[in-house]
Amino acid sequence: MIRFLTQRLIFGAGVLLMLSAFVFFLFFVAPGDPARMIAGDKATEAQLIQIRKNLGVDRPIVVQYASFLSRAISGDLGFSYRNQQPVAPIIVRRIPVTLSLVLGGALLWLAIGIPMGIMSARYAGGLRDRIGQAFILVGLSFPTFVLGMMSLYLLYFIPKQAGFTLFPPGGYKALTTQPLLWAWHLVLPWTTLALTMAAVYARLTRGQMLDVMGEDYIRTARAKGLSERRVIWKHGLRAVLTPLVTQLGADIAMLLGGVIIIEQVYGLQGVGALAVQAVANQDRPIIIGVVLLGGVFIVISNIVVDLFYVLLDPRVR
Amino acid sequence: MNDVATSDASTQADVVQRGSLELTLRRLRRDKASMIALCVILAVVVLAIAAPWIAALTGHSPIEQFRDIGLSPAGIPVGPGEQFWLGTDQLGRDVLVRLAYGARISLLVGVFASVLASTIAVIVGTTAGYHGGLTDIVLSRLMDLVMSVPFLLCALALVSAFGPSLMLSVCVIVFFSWAPMARVIRGQVISLRKQDFVQASRSLGAGPLSIMIVDILPNLAAPIIVYTTMQIPSSIVFEATLSFLGMGIVPPTPSWGGMLADASSNSLYLVAWWLVFVPGTALLLTTLAFNILGDGLRDALDPKSARTVRRFRLKSKGASKR
Repeated sequence: MIRFLTQRLIFGAGVLLMLSAFVFFLFFVAPGDPARMIAGDKATEAQLIQIRKNLGVDRPIVVQYASFLSRAISGDLGFSYRNQQPVAPIIVRRIPVTLSLVLGGALLWLAIGIPMGIMSARYAGGLRDRIGQAFILVGLSFPTFVLGMMSLYLLYFIPKQAGFTLFPPGGYKALTTQPLLWAWHLVLPWTTLALTMAAVYARLTRGQMLDVMGEDYIRTARAKGLSERRVIWKHGLRAVLTPLVTQLGADIAMLLGGVIIIEQVYGLQGVGALAVQAVANQDRPIIIGVVLLGGVFIVISNIVVDLFYVLLDPRVR
Repeated sequence: MNDVATSDASTQADVVQRGSLELTLRRLRRDKASMIALCVILAVVVLAIAAPWIAALTGHSPIEQFRDIGLSPAGIPVGPGEQFWLGTDQLGRDVLVRLAYGARISLLVGVFASVLASTIAVIVGTTAGYHGGLTDIVLSRLMDLVMSVPFLLCALALVSAFGPSLMLSVCVIVFFSWAPMARVIRGQVISLRKQDFVQASRSLGAGPLSIMIVDILPNLAAPIIVYTTMQIPSSIVFEATLSFLGMGIVPPTPSWGGMLADASSNSLYLVAWWLVFVPGTALLLTTLAFNILGDGLRDALDPKSARTVRRFRLKSKGASKR
């Protein structure tokens, strides 16, 4: 067990190392001069040299990378080219928005996806299965930004034209100060996120459930006289949990790195929106910071998921 | 394979020998959803091919701005009507013509990126699965690595470093899409390489490359076809997403994602619904059609797959002895 965890930790560190090298060298080989970006077009050559010296970009690339890495480990990600503020706090400030969006969305997509998958599997081949399958196909095919824009149009703009405000057009209110407004502002983003993600979970649950329900121990459970509901929710779902947790961990981690599209559509100032703005501004330290943060989330979630296995599946222990 | 498929079944006597291709096509043809999906895909292909004719027919080029007749005096786009069948966008350009040209980009990127990703996946997956050992460990870790990377963020970083372009979009899509399929192929190859016909081939003196291509590759046809088909909608959405974020196709070249991005900037679509619903529906229908076709192909290529087996569980249990 400890050996397994150590392996995972080493792989995680490897992922982060590769990722940091990838973004770092990417910007080194890419065209564009950071000094020019900071100083603007009117800067003299002497000023540019001074800025390069301050940034440390006049040193050899490997030295730069090493110093970047050693500072990054202690949480120092450098300064934004845009407003010269430290990168780490800029990113951290954006996390609550993204976290609210992802966790609320995750609850919702599990609440939709799992029952949908179970229903589909239970009545496999029947009408309810067809409805479930149709939901899965449409959900998987719906591009997030199309769904977001359509729901904004239909649920915000049309009611507003009719004279009442059903949902706000976007924006974010802090949970700590205005919990009700917080939820109200996030209903549409949550739903948009949940509807596209629920399809994945419905498909996964359905497929796994169909496999599991043919097993002998399910027949035994039925033979014991347990109700079908109990057989499905207690014996069947138990076996489906492991792949679901794997998927959930991966998805939450991926999304915490920035729910880029939904934040963009609903004007939420989360990590994803920060990444998009940084790309538009060519603010490289921020981009590097956000990519690394995304990597950290993924590595952590992989390890948490592995720990969950131990909890869920006695065979792993 | 081909002559079996083309030999006309009806002219022959009662017993007809059918190749696996023909059987697959027969199963597929019976699946109504797949046939409708195929029609939708064909319609999009026709739209893409006919783009210049549509432009000629309407007299509007995809990048021409009709600021006088295509915009209201207040600068608001004109809705669908006689002059502009699907309305105009914020610059007074014809949405229908742009939609047709955008279909070219979507299909081109979708199909090209998917085929490229599949090719890489097959090469890497087969190599890893067949050779095993150190090769397998290295390649599998590589797949893990690619899959455990926040791909949209990395795509953004890549695009911001090199500037958006069609070629870069394709490269980014390919780079982040090959790994899951390679993993599936690897799994299949591992089980295939232990089979008797591979052993037989090896005992006849066939080399690894020959075994991989002659013996193993044909057995991978089903997963390759299904995964490539399923990859197409993902690639199309990926491209549209990049363009939507302003990091894919460079304007003024029309692309569906770019059209949606234009609509979204300044929330313009709230006063011009067609700017969202026209390209949005086109995008949705295309991805939906490819996904349905992929599902149908999977069932047709592998009649023992979950859906069919379950539905006819009792009946088929006696028939197919597996």
